[in-house]
Amino acid sequence: MKNVILRNIENPNSHRIEEYIKAGGYFAIEHAVNEMTPRDIIDDIKKSGLRGRGGAGFLTGTKWQFASLDPKFPKYIVCNADEGEPGTFKDRVILERNPHQLIEGMVIAAYALQSIRGYIYVRAEYPHVEKILNEAIKEAYDKGFLGNDIMSKHFRFNLSVHRGAGAYICGEETALINSLEGRRGEPRIKPPFPVNAGAWAKPTIVNNVETFANIPYIIETSPKAYSFLGTKDSPGTKLFCVSGAVNNPGVYELPLGTPLREIIYEHCGGIRGGRALKGVIPGGLSTSILTPDKIDCPMDFANLSKHGSMLGSGAIIVLDDTTCIVKIYERAMRFFEHESCGKCTPCREGTGWMRTILGRIEDGMADMEDLATLEDAALNVAGKTFCPLGEGAAHVLLSAMKHYRGEFEYHVKYKKCEVTDPSQRWGHLSMGELD
Amino acid sequence: MDTMRCAADTPAPLGAAKDGASESAMLKDKIKVLKKLYPHARSVLLPALYAAQQLYGWLSEDALEEVSRLTGVSPAEVKGVVTFYSLFKTRPLGRNVIYLCTNVACLIMGADTLEDFLHNTYSLSNGETTADGRFSLVIMECIGACDKAPAMLVNDDCHFNISMDNIREILDNYK
Ligand SMILES: Cc1cc2nc3c(=O)[nH]c(=O)nc-3n(C[C@H](O)[C@H](O)[C@H](O)COP(=O)(O)O)c2cc1C
Ligand code: SF4
Ligand code: FES
Repeated sequence: MKNVILRNIENPNSHRIEEYIKAGGYFAIEHAVNEMTPRDIIDDIKKSGLRGRGGAGFLTGTKWQFASLDPKFPKYIVCNADEGEPGTFKDRVILERNPHQLIEGMVIAAYALQSIRGYIYVRAEYPHVEKILNEAIKEAYDKGFLGNDIMSKHFRFNLSVHRGAGAYICGEETALINSLEGRRGEPRIKPPFPVNAGAWAKPTIVNNVETFANIPYIIETSPKAYSFLGTKDSPGTKLFCVSGAVNNPGVYELPLGTPLREIIYEHCGGIRGGRALKGVIPGGLSTSILTPDKIDCPMDFANLSKHGSMLGSGAIIVLDDTTCIVKIYERAMRFFEHESCGKCTPCREGTGWMRTILGRIEDGMADMEDLATLEDAALNVAGKTFCPLGEGAAHVLLSAMKHYRGEFEYHVKYKKCEVTDPSQRWGHLSMGELD
Repeated sequence: MDTMRCAADTPAPLGAAKDGASESAMLKDKIKVLKKLYPHARSVLLPALYAAQQLYGWLSEDALEEVSRLTGVSPAEVKGVVTFYSLFKTRPLGRNVIYLCTNVACLIMGADTLEDFLHNTYSLSNGETTADGRFSLVIMECIGACDKAPAMLVNDDCHFNISMDNIREILDNYK
């Protein structure tokens, strides 16, 4: 398999600019600036079919074109390195090990949009990453890939890091822009979209770390070569970050469309202890759970939505038969309640109600009426929230209740967990016993 | 057990404020530099709050007032912003802050038993500080280390694959 995003990753110094250049890095920006017009670049990104890797899967070339067609200047290039979706740790690898590929992608975007200023919005939970990025940015300035006269072509682009402060909602692009502007990270109403009125009311593109990391490859090969990887609807490779009950959790770069079975049983070495699969959360905690019969689902945008879920961030959380679904979703709802920004009532109040009822069920204090109330609450949140956070909270719960109904009812009826022997859970074993 | 240390801005120890006037001047200079990173002065607010937090260890009412004065953002606005984000310290915390992730990937690997351990050993609950001021506990949502779960940060150091076998040993390094 070809490594596009994690190229050179075996090199322990892959984060240094000399090593990146030795591996062919910063060739794409030279090629772009010397041989291509900004419009050529946008056309190539459009032709490649690249879709955003931050969750929504929006076409990157189309986003860039919208921003480029807006006559307002200056334009801003913003990298979303907030990576807050539970289960997600794939941008972290790029930020730690391949920061120059991200920077190069951003410089190419800047050239395509004639932007002079960019920001990388990094979550505060990655304190070491900020340091790595600042060092990489300095290296890029020293080599003339950033600054006021990039490669002596009178092309100017300056870049700095902006640190978040522990709010999941700031991963949502309009909340991120508010946070960048020094405000509370509440989402803004759309339209206007950031491509027309983003940071400081100027045209702004917000792209995920992994999205930017794809750009150099597309420019240095060809859109066609890129669309060869992956599937027609979802071209390219994807970083899948797998956690939970597998033998080899970690980040795997694989073509989009790779079947879930192959990821879990081949790349990740199967379920720990040879246990049975109970379910898979395929794209981060905000995406609906898949039951084991969906194990052959190809991991791409189209097929996951066909199965009622989403590719999301590519964060695969694997649950085995020792896991209590009620406990998982009680914890999940605690997350949504904690991270709700409070701007709209259905989400602010609804996540709290749902968490309270889930807590009662988990603690064996609930009756059947509570199950009906829980479902009713979720249905009253779904479709009524200002942004996708509240919507996601309701959806993931409804799908868990649908597919694992028996387990919720067992909790209510017998006031305990169906999972036979909770002492068998991994956390209660010492690490030595796991092997 | 895996550890990743990070020397990035270790906060000044509590009570380090010997000479209020020179600290104020330092903060003023720092914010002046930070302002250049943004097209509008008020956007410096988050970095300015971090700078104040690093200097004073936490963000007291006085520190917030000072940030308001130095950034030109109204005191009410500053308060609104600082309370929105969970990682600004609006009260003094212990010498070492344990940021323990208990989100789903860590939960299924036993993060709840670690939370119980901290409660039983140090009487620590979320948001609390030990009587000797050695540790504070902040329960986190996912910190992006789910393949090495359970995970936690202590100050700016990442610790991975924590278990009942090694948590005590890890924490022994923080006095
Ligand atoms: C609640 C919420 C949280 C989000 N968190 C992130 C995130 O942490 N990182 C990210 O890249 N995108 C996140 N997004 C998606 C962004 O809003 C946006 O779509 C994305 O940054 C666009 O980049 P892309 O087109 O390259 O994917 C989030 C969206 C929502 C609704
Ligand atoms: S859905 Fe939740 S997070 Fe989104 S705007 Fe409403 S309260 Fe805020
Ligand atoms: S769930 Fe704990 S690090 Fe991701």
